[in-house]
Amino acid sequence: MSKTSLRTSPAEGGLGDEPLLAVEDLHVEFVTRAGIVRAVNGVSYSLNPGETLAVLGESGSGKSVTAQAIMGILDMPPARIPKGEIRFRGTDLLKLSDEARTQVRGQRISMIFQDALSALNPVFTVGWQISEMFRVHRGMNKRDAMAKAVELMDRVRIPAAKQRVNDYPHQFSGGMRQRIMIAMSIALDPEVLIADEPTTALDVTVQAQIMELLAELQRESNMGLILITHDLGVVADVADKIAVMYAGRIVENAPVYDIYRAPAHPYTKGLLESIPRVDQKGQELYAIKGLPPNLLDMPTGCAFHPRCPYRQDNCVTDAPPLYGISGARNSACHYWREVLDGDPR
Amino acid sequence: MSDTPQAGPAGPDTQTLTPETAPVAPPSRGRRRKKEGKPASLWTDAWHDLRRRPMFIFSLVLIAILLIMSFWPSLFTSINPLDARTCDLSTARQGPSAGHLFGRDNLGCDVYARTIYGAGNSILIGVSTTIITAVVGGLLGLIAGTRGGLTDTVSSRVTEVFFAIPQILGALLITATFRDKGLGIWIVVIALSVLAWPMTFRIMRAAVITARSQDFVIAARALGASQSRIMFGHLLPNAIAPVIVVSTINLGGFIAAEAALSFLGVGVQSPDISWGLMIADARSRFLEAPLPLVFPAVFLSITVLAFIMMGDAVRDALDPKLR
Amino acid sequence: MGRYIIRRLIQAVPVLLGATLFIFAIVFALPGDPIAALAGEKRQDPNIVAIIRDQYHLNDPLLLQYWYYISGIIFRGDFGKTFAGVPVTQLLAGKLQVTLNLALVALVLEAVIGVVLGLWAALRRGRATDTAILASTLLLISIPTLVSGFVLQLWLGVWLKQVTGTEIFPIAGTTQGIKSYLLPGFVLAGVSIAYLTRLTRTSLVETLRSDYIRTATAKGLSRRRVIGRHGLRNALIPLVTYLGADLGNLMGGAVITETIFNLPGIGNQLYQGVYLREQPIVVGIVTILVLVYIVANLVVDLMYAVLDPRIRYE
Repeated sequence: MSKTSLRTSPAEGGLGDEPLLAVEDLHVEFVTRAGIVRAVNGVSYSLNPGETLAVLGESGSGKSVTAQAIMGILDMPPARIPKGEIRFRGTDLLKLSDEARTQVRGQRISMIFQDALSALNPVFTVGWQISEMFRVHRGMNKRDAMAKAVELMDRVRIPAAKQRVNDYPHQFSGGMRQRIMIAMSIALDPEVLIADEPTTALDVTVQAQIMELLAELQRESNMGLILITHDLGVVADVADKIAVMYAGRIVENAPVYDIYRAPAHPYTKGLLESIPRVDQKGQELYAIKGLPPNLLDMPTGCAFHPRCPYRQDNCVTDAPPLYGISGARNSACHYWREVLDGDPR
Repeated sequence: MSDTPQAGPAGPDTQTLTPETAPVAPPSRGRRRKKEGKPASLWTDAWHDLRRRPMFIFSLVLIAILLIMSFWPSLFTSINPLDARTCDLSTARQGPSAGHLFGRDNLGCDVYARTIYGAGNSILIGVSTTIITAVVGGLLGLIAGTRGGLTDTVSSRVTEVFFAIPQILGALLITATFRDKGLGIWIVVIALSVLAWPMTFRIMRAAVITARSQDFVIAARALGASQSRIMFGHLLPNAIAPVIVVSTINLGGFIAAEAALSFLGVGVQSPDISWGLMIADARSRFLEAPLPLVFPAVFLSITVLAFIMMGDAVRDALDPKLR
Repeated sequence: MGRYIIRRLIQAVPVLLGATLFIFAIVFALPGDPIAALAGEKRQDPNIVAIIRDQYHLNDPLLLQYWYYISGIIFRGDFGKTFAGVPVTQLLAGKLQVTLNLALVALVLEAVIGVVLGLWAALRRGRATDTAILASTLLLISIPTLVSGFVLQLWLGVWLKQVTGTEIFPIAGTTQGIKSYLLPGFVLAGVSIAYLTRLTRTSLVETLRSDYIRTATAKGLSRRRVIGRHGLRNALIPLVTYLGADLGNLMGGAVITETIFNLPGIGNQLYQGVYLREQPIVVGIVTILVLVYIVANLVVDLMYAVLDPRIRYE
């Protein structure tokens, strides 16, 4: 099928310093009857081939909206993107025509969703849904496309793929359905895969298997992986770097090791401390006090200040910029030094 | 149902954020919040919403006029069409003139006055049938839904029987059979009620079964509330909204059905006046003198429209998701 | 599947019996003497009257009469004879054909117009087209058949013929084949068109909000394919139920339309049957309509299995 002009494989070079995918100062807002909801307020992050970026945050933090903006699957209206760039191999996706955008979507950047049962179409067989990628984008005939679907189902380790290719989504278990979702998303060897809470709906044991599968597929294909989650436990093993989001902003940005060793933002610190740990058995589990902010009525200054143990007076009035800490590390906290040192006042 | 319909997700994160599901904050928000969690706030919310709907206001005005028309028709016309002396055969099918706005019918009677007086029977039959079906069907549905088991099975089977009988034909049969029993127009009410109560039954039953599995009802049961307390105190207030909506819409349907039966000669009988009867009378000369048919037809349509519009508006207000 | 059909048919038996018994009991109470009505003004020989009464079981109690009747239908497919001696099935065959033709034309018009308008409104949701379509459904629901029938007869039948000089829509009778049914079919379908339009719109709007539509978009499919393949396929499922159940409604509700357009269908026949106190005709017609209702609903349920793989019959 037609490849757009932005196709240059990493092997050919030509990337220069430009990362595979770069989100730059992205703003997304929703126009609702109650007013304008600013869901994403100036988010920037980047991704290189073979790299895994974990985007962390609670629901309402804008992490999923950012991902949907990258995919171009936001409903516009009510959503709109007043500002920002999403550069894929140097080309701003937001400036592409609808047609060119469709060529990127699913083929070069693809996405898997949280709840595979509702994300798969209930009235078509899984084989039909996977093979649709080959029929529509590669112009294959039905039989060849179906053979490819079986191949993919094998690759994501669905047992007896050949027999199950004509089954419907509801006939599979949750984990198997998520594998089908993954098979569909990697069908055309995308360069970027976005996984939006891929394991949230699954049992703990199945979660680990799915994460393992994703990591393995990534190693084989050198694709960039964006892993969206609210679960810090999931990301430690697979992520290279982490972006923590709060109220539509990135509050901390760092290599995974740094974050786990010493967080530089009170919110990240709170998240880490609220993970149950074996060595702290018997102690009371930490919880960040207060509620996530109402996006229609955002706190002044730093959005986190009503919940922050490090709060000073200027937090209420001045919104912190993203302070550079070291090389690849940033924190949107006026008092990141104190947080790094570790003692809340 | 215990939630206010506006209680949307606090954090708009994903694609679920559409104007429908987003939190709505009309000016009166603070006042409304006080009654949270009670069915009362559903109605308060609905009322606030309704007052701002032009469709609702319009239908309310229409219905008010129709009600006045049916109780005091003489306010609208000085001619009493029930008095045969106001008719004059020699002027049959005359077009509109100053004293006779809609012209005259086949018997030389004033079409305008007859149309005005026709509202009474339509409204009376429509409202009575609606009340009977809502009370009978609603009550049986409430009992069947609450008690379940054999009561539910048997009554549901019975309603299936009635659903299988074509409405107009069944009503035609009943009115034709019993119209000589001296029941007057009430035979129309009975015939329509007999065939229509299963509709309200089914809706009430479904709503009750939904409400029954909600936490506050289970809690009330666990706390030892009596069957009737649960039924009328908890289930009924939470299940009645859809019954009211459907009843309002049905009211328009009953008025149309009355006209159809009267048109077929088994509904309201002369000398009583009914729009359906007027249409039947004007029919024979319809192609040469359409006006005596057109005016009652227009009034009939507007009346049906008024109730269906009101039902639509109430439904939209009670359940914004259906929009 | 086979077992499901059998179970459904068994469940339908009490419905059929209940509905026919109800109708039978009402007809039983119809005023006047059928034999007197049959003979008209002529003086009757009491002996012959007695024989006829006996032959038609008119002296037996209600339930026994009902048993003779219903067992005839169940075991011999015999719907009885009119008092003039004509088998009811023979008398009704032609009438049933007329009503069925009318209902089918109405159903096709309903499906085509309702689905097209509904889809159009859904795809233009919140815009002027959508508002206009919704407003017209409100009007369509509010105008009774009684009114729309006469108005369209006058406009599209008489007036259009005067203007164009040709008869595009015949206004009475069935002599011109399918053409004769177009106008009455549309009149009969009116309210149903409006409801189907609304249902289609709601169904598609709901469907387009689902996660799998987002997935289809994320797969890089064109909007046309997302809506046409992934959306429609799901949105159409509830419409099938509505359309299937509506066939019975249309046939049962055809009496007004048949009267306005002078179509010799079963609605008209029932009306006459009531006046002549022809029990077998009246009950026969209702029985047939109840059967149509039951079969249509069964077919709808089975079609569901084809359309929605999540549903299984056991």
